[in-house]
Amino acid sequence: MDLPVIEHSPPAAAGCNASSCGSTARQRDGLTDDIRARVQDHPCYSEDAHHYFARMHVAVAPACNIQCHYCNRKYDCANESRPGVVSELLTPDQAVRKTLAVAATIPQMSVLGIAGPGDPLANPARTFETFRQLALKAPDIKLCVSTNGLVLPEHVDELVKYNIDHVTITINCVDPEVGAKIYPWIFWKNQRVFGREAAAILIDQQQKGLEMLTTRGILVKVNSVLIPGVNDRHLPEVSKIVKAKGAFLHNVMPLIAEAAHGTFYGVMGQRSPQPAELKALQDTCAGDMNMMRHCRQCRADAVGLLGEDRGAEFTLDRIETMEIDYEAAMVVRAELRAQIAAELAEKRAMAHSPTAPQASPQPIHFQSRTVKPAAAAGRPVLMAVAARNGLVAVHFGHASEFLVYEASANGARLVGHRKTESYCSGDQSCGDADAVLARTITAIAGCEVVLCSRIGYEPWGELEAAGIQPNGEHAMRPIEEAVMSVWNEMLAAGRLTAGSIAAKRA
Amino acid sequence: MALEIIESCVNCWACEPLCPNQAIYEATPHFLIEADKCTECSGDFAEAQCASICPIEGAIINQLGEALNPPGSLTGIPPGRWAAAQAEIAAR
Ligand code: SF4
Ligand code: SF4
Repeated sequence: MDLPVIEHSPPAAAGCNASSCGSTARQRDGLTDDIRARVQDHPCYSEDAHHYFARMHVAVAPACNIQCHYCNRKYDCANESRPGVVSELLTPDQAVRKTLAVAATIPQMSVLGIAGPGDPLANPARTFETFRQLALKAPDIKLCVSTNGLVLPEHVDELVKYNIDHVTITINCVDPEVGAKIYPWIFWKNQRVFGREAAAILIDQQQKGLEMLTTRGILVKVNSVLIPGVNDRHLPEVSKIVKAKGAFLHNVMPLIAEAAHGTFYGVMGQRSPQPAELKALQDTCAGDMNMMRHCRQCRADAVGLLGEDRGAEFTLDRIETMEIDYEAAMVVRAELRAQIAAELAEKRAMAHSPTAPQASPQPIHFQSRTVKPAAAAGRPVLMAVAARNGLVAVHFGHASEFLVYEASANGARLVGHRKTESYCSGDQSCGDADAVLARTITAIAGCEVVLCSRIGYEPWGELEAAGIQPNGEHAMRPIEEAVMSVWNEMLAAGRLTAGSIAAKRA
Repeated sequence: MALEIIESCVNCWACEPLCPNQAIYEATPHFLIEADKCTECSGDFAEAQCASICPIEGAIINQLGEALNPPGSLTGIPPGRWAAAQAEIAAR
C-alpha cells in the first residue's frame, strides 16, 4: 500500500535533536504553537490540566462495523476498564440530559466524548443527534469522538459542522499483512469482507480520514494497541506516518488479553505486553511527539477527572429528578475555567524560570511544580506512586493503580501508570491477597521505589525481596516533591552512580 | 423465506438500520425479525444484510435452523479451542 510520508522533523541521526532546534513553529514537543495553545489546558492531553478538569463519555453508539481480535461484543464486564466496555446504553436525549446534569454539578467538566460501546460513526444518527443538541445547549463543552476510521471520510464534513474539538482514531497498523492479524473482518459496502482485503480497506480509510481532519484543522489523536509479536515492531512506523500527516499525539496502549474476556487474543493465548515493553515502545515512538503518558484508558461511559469515576452519581433515575439550570451553571463554569487557566499559566511561567522562588503559595495545592534537583549526575530511577489528586495519598494495599515517575537530574516526569487490584479492601478478609500482591509486584516491575501513604508489614518484606524499596515517609506530600526527595537521598547515598545498576543487578 | 434472530443476540443495533424491509425491531430480551417482512434481502442485496454485519456467531439462523455465521466463522477461534477455554474457566 502506498502511504506518502511527508517528513517534517529532522532525521534523528543529524545530530540536531528537536529540543535544541526550538526556533521553528514546531517546538520542543513537536507541536505547533497553535496546537500547543489548544492542548495545554486540555483535560485529556495536558499532564498539568488533567488534574483540574474533568471529562465524560456517553454510551450512545452500540453498533460496530469491524471486528478487532481484542474485542468481544458479547460481554459487558462491569469491573473492566478497557475502552469500549460500558454499562448503560443511552438514547441521544438521555445522553444530553446526563451531560447537562454532570456539567452543572461538576463545573470542571469540560469535555464530552462519544467512544462506544461500538463505533460512534457506525451509529451516525445517534452520535450526530447527541452532538447537534449539545452544540446548541452546552456551547462551553468541548466535543470529541473516537472511531476505528472505517467510515470516517464520509462523516468529516458533519464533524466540522458540530465544531468537534478532537477526533481519536485507533490505528494499529499501516500494513495490511499486519492488519490481517488484528482485524478478522469489516462490514463494507453491504458485504462482510475478510482478512487482508478487509485490513487494506480499513487502513486506506483511516489514513484518508486522518488527512481530511488535519487539513480542516481538527485535532487528531491516534491510539494504537500494542500487541506483542503482531504490531510491536511496526508501531514506530505507524507513529512516524501519523505524525507526518498531522496527528498531534500518538498514544500507545497495552493489549489487555485474558481468556475470560472471550476475545480471539484472550482465547488463543496471545500475551499482553509487560510494562517495560510498553514504556520502551512509548520511548521509541515519542521522538519529537508528545506521548500521552497519563492516559488511563478511561471507560467508555466514564464520568469524572481522569482516573476517578463518578458515574454512579449520575444514573438515569437520578438525572431524571435533577433540576438543571444550565445558564447559571455556565457562569460558574466560566469563572472556574478562568481561575484554572490563570493558575496553569502561572505554573508554566514558574517552570520556565529557574530562579523563581520555590515556596510561593498556590491556591490549589494538589499539584506542585517539579522540584529542581541538585545539579549532580545520577542515573534515572523509576518510582511507582500510590497517588490521589497529585499527592502521595493512598495506602499501598488500597491502590488500584500506580503512577510511574522517572526521577533524574532533570526532575520528575510522569512516564506512565500501572493498573493493579487493591489487594486488601479495608476490614474485609483479604482473601486472595498473596496472589494479588504478586501481581502488583509484577505490575510495578522495573520501579526501584514505591511511594505510598502507608504500607503493611507483609507487603513491605515482599517488595524488598523483589528489589523494590517501599517508602511511606512522604504521605500527603506532592508527588513530584516526594519523588525528587527520594531520588536526592539515593543520590547522596551514592546509589545512583553508573556502576550502582550493575551492583544492584549482580 | 425469513431469517430469525435468536437468544444469543447482544442487542448491538448493528443490523436494524440495514434491513431493506424494516423487518428488524428492538424487543426484549433481544432484537427480532418480523417473518412476514423479511425477504432474506433477495432483490435488494446479494447477501442478507443483518447476517453480514452481525458480530455474534449463531445469532441469526435460517428456516432450517442453520446459523448464517457458524462457530469460528467470525472470530477465527476454532470451536474446539473455544470449548477448551470455556471448560478451563469453568473449572477455576
Ligand atoms: S435478511 Fe434482509 S430482509 Fe431479512 S431481516 Fe435481515 S436484513 Fe431484513
Ligand atoms: S447485529 Fe446481531 S447481535 Fe446485533 S442486534 Fe442484530 S442480531 Fe443482535
